[in-house]
Amino acid sequence: MAASRLFRPASRLLSAARPAAAPRTAFRATAAFQNVARRNYASAGNVKEMTVREALNEAMAEEMEQNEKVFVLGEEVAQYNGAYKVTKGLLDRFGDKRVIDSPITESGFAGLTVGAALAGLHPICEFMTFNFAMQAIDQIINSAAKTHYMSGGIQPCNITFRGPNGFAAGVAAQHSQDFSAWYGSIPGLKVVAPYSAEDAKGLMKAAIRDPNPVVVLENELLYGLSFPMSEAAQKDDFVIPFGKAKIERPGKDLTIVTLSRCVGQSLVAAEQLKKKYGVEAEVINLRSIKPLDIEAIVKSVKKTGHMLCVESGFPSFGVGAEIMALTCEYAFDYLEAPPARITGAEVPTPYAQKLEEMSFPQEDMIVDYAAKLLRV
Amino acid sequence: MEFIRPSEHNAIPTYRVMDQYGQVINKELDVETSDEEALTLYKNMVCLSIMDLLMFEAQRQGRLSFYMMSAGEEGIAIGTASALTPADVIFCQYRETGVFMQRGFTLDQFMNQLFANSKDYGQGRNMPVHYGSSDLNIHTVSSPLATQIPHAAGAAYAVKLQNQQQSDKEPRVVVCFFGEGAASEGDFHAALNIAATREAPAIFICRNNGYAISTPTRDQYRGDGIASRGAGYGMDTLRVDGNDIFAVRRAVKEARKIALEDGGKPVLIEMMAYRVGHHSTSDDSFAYRQKVEVEDWKRRDNPITRMRKWLEGRGVWDEEKERELRSVLRKDVLKAFEKAEKLKKPAIVNAFAGVYEELTDEAKAHIAELKDILERYPNEYDVDQYEGGLDSLTQALEKKQ
Ligand SMILES: Cc1ncc(C[n+]2csc(CCOP(=O)(O)OP(=O)(O)O)c2C)c(N)n1
Ligand SMILES: [Mg+2]
Repeated sequence: MAASRLFRPASRLLSAARPAAAPRTAFRATAAFQNVARRNYASAGNVKEMTVREALNEAMAEEMEQNEKVFVLGEEVAQYNGAYKVTKGLLDRFGDKRVIDSPITESGFAGLTVGAALAGLHPICEFMTFNFAMQAIDQIINSAAKTHYMSGGIQPCNITFRGPNGFAAGVAAQHSQDFSAWYGSIPGLKVVAPYSAEDAKGLMKAAIRDPNPVVVLENELLYGLSFPMSEAAQKDDFVIPFGKAKIERPGKDLTIVTLSRCVGQSLVAAEQLKKKYGVEAEVINLRSIKPLDIEAIVKSVKKTGHMLCVESGFPSFGVGAEIMALTCEYAFDYLEAPPARITGAEVPTPYAQKLEEMSFPQEDMIVDYAAKLLRV
Repeated sequence: MEFIRPSEHNAIPTYRVMDQYGQVINKELDVETSDEEALTLYKNMVCLSIMDLLMFEAQRQGRLSFYMMSAGEEGIAIGTASALTPADVIFCQYRETGVFMQRGFTLDQFMNQLFANSKDYGQGRNMPVHYGSSDLNIHTVSSPLATQIPHAAGAAYAVKLQNQQQSDKEPRVVVCFFGEGAASEGDFHAALNIAATREAPAIFICRNNGYAISTPTRDQYRGDGIASRGAGYGMDTLRVDGNDIFAVRRAVKEARKIALEDGGKPVLIEMMAYRVGHHSTSDDSFAYRQKVEVEDWKRRDNPITRMRKWLEGRGVWDEEKERELRSVLRKDVLKAFEKAEKLKKPAIVNAFAGVYEELTDEAKAHIAELKDILERYPNEYDVDQYEGGLDSLTQALEKKQ
């Protein structure tokens, strides 16, 4: 049946006589973005430094200021300013009707925020970490992601699930794992993973404005890092559209596709590749996992002929697997070598420091893989 | 028509055996504890508090990544463990180090876990304080809150069947600890309900210490604590003063009897306490509670000082003995600490083993490759810091294919 191919964009390729042009990302910007001018953030004049934590905080504060429907609920978000201080000062500023401490019941408060969203509010549901969101995953996947569809479109679900995801230091298997692929596989959810402070602010604001359920996967180890904020990004109308990757570093020899904290590691690795081998790696920060910017990847691979994906999830059925599959589907003819991926190890994250280091991508690992891939 | 208005009901009373001055309330019942046993319990409580102080300090110095103290709740854990039989199965949350201590987990064993060395049962895979011991019938501590409560209901169901099938053996119960914060999770409600309907011999023990990290109980629940929920599940329930180790012991002994009556049924006990320490080494509790509040509590009531008053009243304890005990225990802890810090890291094979019962073929291939590299470049890798050097890899590969 022809329709079965339409629902799976990649398989359309097989029916075409020649490789189709890479499709536009599966989702278009929603109404919330229509008035967003595409700015050139980086070149703006009055740059200031900001941590990812501050950027997330500013994004929430600005959106709460502009829209009364926005409120924050989670464990320790109010009095304590959040387990990782991301909601610092929001209680003082917006009061306890809009910044609410929950009892310890992830399924309960996630369910409550979904209910509030179905009733027209725009909740931000903070998980202390996404590891604890596992208690609430039914609410996220079976309720938040599906109700708009199953109600025939009459029930909106404008909700933002956020919190730290992925590797954290010294907290072992149940506190340190990457759920990008889990959420990225669910129709009905949008999923983003900010790296820099600009990413954090722009994507968080977009998530809150987006009429759909959005999962914002932050990273604990990025919270305290400072990044330059362009003049545009400092404004309160700054949003980053979903489904648009960002080229963090241009290059002609190798495309490194990556996200979240691995972007920083890939950038360091790219510098080393240049120093050691004179290789210019292009580093693509995905920013958004669902929708995914296939176009940016294909465009880059056309130029470089090589693709390496760096992500921190488990190896099987992961983000890396998806990126490699898409690269093969849409850019196979441009590849000069098999695409490769660096992922987390196939093991529950160990506590012991050295083992923990080995179970996640490291900078020298990226350099080694890249060198092998390029045969330099 | 008459609505039930919980606010108009009297609070569930708190069971006590001795008052906060260490005086026995009902002289006829007395404490049901010999002086000798009482001294052991007291020493264990003091030992726990000294270990806590030293390890908290060690974490501050960066010698381990994380630690959690039991201050104010020593009597709950140690008292409970002392009132059970060794075969009873226990599930802990994380602030029940005293359960391990009372059951005979040694200072060396604690330190080995905290430093994730070669003798750590967890083989370097778990965060500090996630102790576990199959010899002592205590399940390994698990991080996601409240997940142990349904597990305990399940284990109690298994134990119920065993009790029926093996009538020659002493019947067992399952005990499950959790905080009043964890009791807000859905798992708590699911577990108590199913334990009640399956008539499982489980004793659910809530440590109500007033806080869940920064969240005080008034934001955690409404109603008369956790004990008021027992009736809703049709469960025999008691509230106990957790600062009174004799009350804890008597409550658990009685609960054990009830849990084994008529083929089995669950019991709920709420033990009232105050979390004297910070939530963990990652927390600074003075961000959300006054220092005087903590100091007041420490002065007013505490399981260790209360028992000390009782011991002194019996004439079996004094300042001299106290000083001597503290100095000996301090030395013992530090000795175990230094020993554990020097032990080798777990054997290299543990980096691969344990994900499944058997090593997978893929893991074996990885082990062979690693071994080959380590053998070819002996000067690049220091394998001596791991237990047995390369031996564990060789053994894993030699094991029957
Ligand atoms: C499912 C889940 N949610 C959140 C956490 C984070 N967390 C760890 S301990 C804790 C507080 C628990 O309080 P309580 O149950 O009262 O035990 P106490 O620390 O007071 O002994 C929280 C929220 C967690 N470990 N698991
Ligand atoms: Mg508590």
